[in-house]
Amino acid sequence: MSENRLYTEPVAGIPDRMSGNEAVANAIRQINPDVMPAFPITPSTEIPQFVATMISNGVIDTEFIPVESEHSSMSAAMGASAAGARTLTATSSCGLAYMWEMLYVAASDRLPVVMAVVNRALTGPININADHSDSMGARDSGWIQIYAENNQEVYDNFIQAYPIAEHKDVMLPVMICQDGFITSHAVENITLLPDEPVKAFAGEFEPEHYLLKKDETMAVGPYAVSKYCMEAKKAQAEAMKRAKDVILEVGKQFGEMSGRTYGFFEGYELEDAEYVCVAIGSACGTIKEAIRALRAKGVKAGLLKVRVFRPFPAEEIAAALQHAKVIAIMDRCEGYSAQGGPLAADVMAALYRAKNQAEAFNVLYGLSGRDVQVEDIEGLYAQMQQIAEGAAYETYQYMGLRE
Amino acid sequence: MSKLTEFRWHGRGGQGAKTAALLLADVAFKTGNHVQGFPEYGPERMGAPITAYDRISDEPILVHCDIHNPDYVAVVDETLLSAVDVTSGLKPEGGILINTSRSKEEILPLLNGYTGKVYTIDARKVCMATLGKYFPNTPMLAGMVKISGVMDEDVFLKEMEESLRHKFAKKPEVLDGNMQALRLALESVCK
Repeated sequence: MSENRLYTEPVAGIPDRMSGNEAVANAIRQINPDVMPAFPITPSTEIPQFVATMISNGVIDTEFIPVESEHSSMSAAMGASAAGARTLTATSSCGLAYMWEMLYVAASDRLPVVMAVVNRALTGPININADHSDSMGARDSGWIQIYAENNQEVYDNFIQAYPIAEHKDVMLPVMICQDGFITSHAVENITLLPDEPVKAFAGEFEPEHYLLKKDETMAVGPYAVSKYCMEAKKAQAEAMKRAKDVILEVGKQFGEMSGRTYGFFEGYELEDAEYVCVAIGSACGTIKEAIRALRAKGVKAGLLKVRVFRPFPAEEIAAALQHAKVIAIMDRCEGYSAQGGPLAADVMAALYRAKNQAEAFNVLYGLSGRDVQVEDIEGLYAQMQQIAEGAAYETYQYMGLRE
Repeated sequence: MSKLTEFRWHGRGGQGAKTAALLLADVAFKTGNHVQGFPEYGPERMGAPITAYDRISDEPILVHCDIHNPDYVAVVDETLLSAVDVTSGLKPEGGILINTSRSKEEILPLLNGYTGKVYTIDARKVCMATLGKYFPNTPMLAGMVKISGVMDEDVFLKEMEESLRHKFAKKPEVLDGNMQALRLALESVCK
């Protein structure tokens, strides 16, 4: 666990190239968790495939449990974790939806399972490509959610997952999310860390209470009557609040080792930005490219890239946006609330509580893998400039729709 | 100013166009570049048209979008010429390489008036002469290196030999055939 980590001094990285799924598999190889139950679903299927191959080649000694559904993979993950084993699984889209019931149980049982989520649209229409409707739907399930822009970040996030999840102040499951195909299947440059520092950073899972502990009988997940159930929920909510400090501390320690420090979000040209996109995931790279071009023309464009969505860093985001004139909050997920998506709902609430009076609107984009071009983003910043000059606007709009 | 070269590959499911795109990214990485190699996924099945992409740059690549204005296009299967607009968005200062046994003159009318450079290669002929089996992605990979000049040909061959030697450590005869295919392909590209 985080207290015992050895490698906080810088270590030399290893330049390589691989897909996002391979990056996750490499982190798994280096951590060598105890148990992985999994059921295949595109585009996360490669992750259990790589793990199974590494097991059969003797590279790792993880116990792989082939199950008949995702409901069972999460159930088996909970059993293994409760027994005291460091556990992971992977899924996407409908697979995550099929785990629904169990997601809440894993969180309320305070089981630090780590799940690689390769984001894919939920049906329908049936589609296999990237959007965030799967994990966004699970945003209230009690799991910590950490998102990545590229293969490097999903690798780095996975290495930080267990130190966060298993921290005694947290003990909550973690989803490590990346965009299906866009990063999961794209080969890009990456800097890996050597095996030993990663192993030391991840440490060992040493739970205080677990089912196989000698001389300590315990029950996991029993019925709670109304007189006690609400206290359990409050305790769980407090753990989610405490996770904020732990996430920052782990991100800082990871930075000391790797040179890449992580917080709740990344600001790109944000400090003096008047026009700001708030977004999650792979599109942030495309937004950065647009910002480069706009900054060269003197436009004060910036980005706030949300990395940690649960717990939601509301005050920190509001503080980082205090100088913005116009804010476009981008959701790669419908909310079907008739007023916008989930990221916008949370960011708008944060702005309201901070008494931020900036013009803010919600942009739905990239649903079901719809491509996001630099020109789309440049158009969005042009609209933000017009809004600053008084142009009327819709608070809930779509970008990149076919005419 | 960074030098970014973008490639689009058209093939049919099962022909290895995706693999060729990933191999190009791989060899470009080994020669010191920043790379992206990625396929476009859909309800793919054997024989259906597929698209794959490469970005090769001397600076880190930030964007995560499809390539709509490629510098170079590879057509692994010429039957796609009547099914897919392979020159869509292709830069006129770039070029296209088509796997065909036909002459450039026969192919030109199928390219929607593309004004840039058009190259052909008979990948089947190259494969049969060197590998004895039809794996069009190997000659197409060499062909794309040739027409784009994205890396030195000798450096390309050296890196490929190294990775193939590693990949086929137990089957050295396969290594020779593949290296011959790459060399012959570099010579077989027709302007």
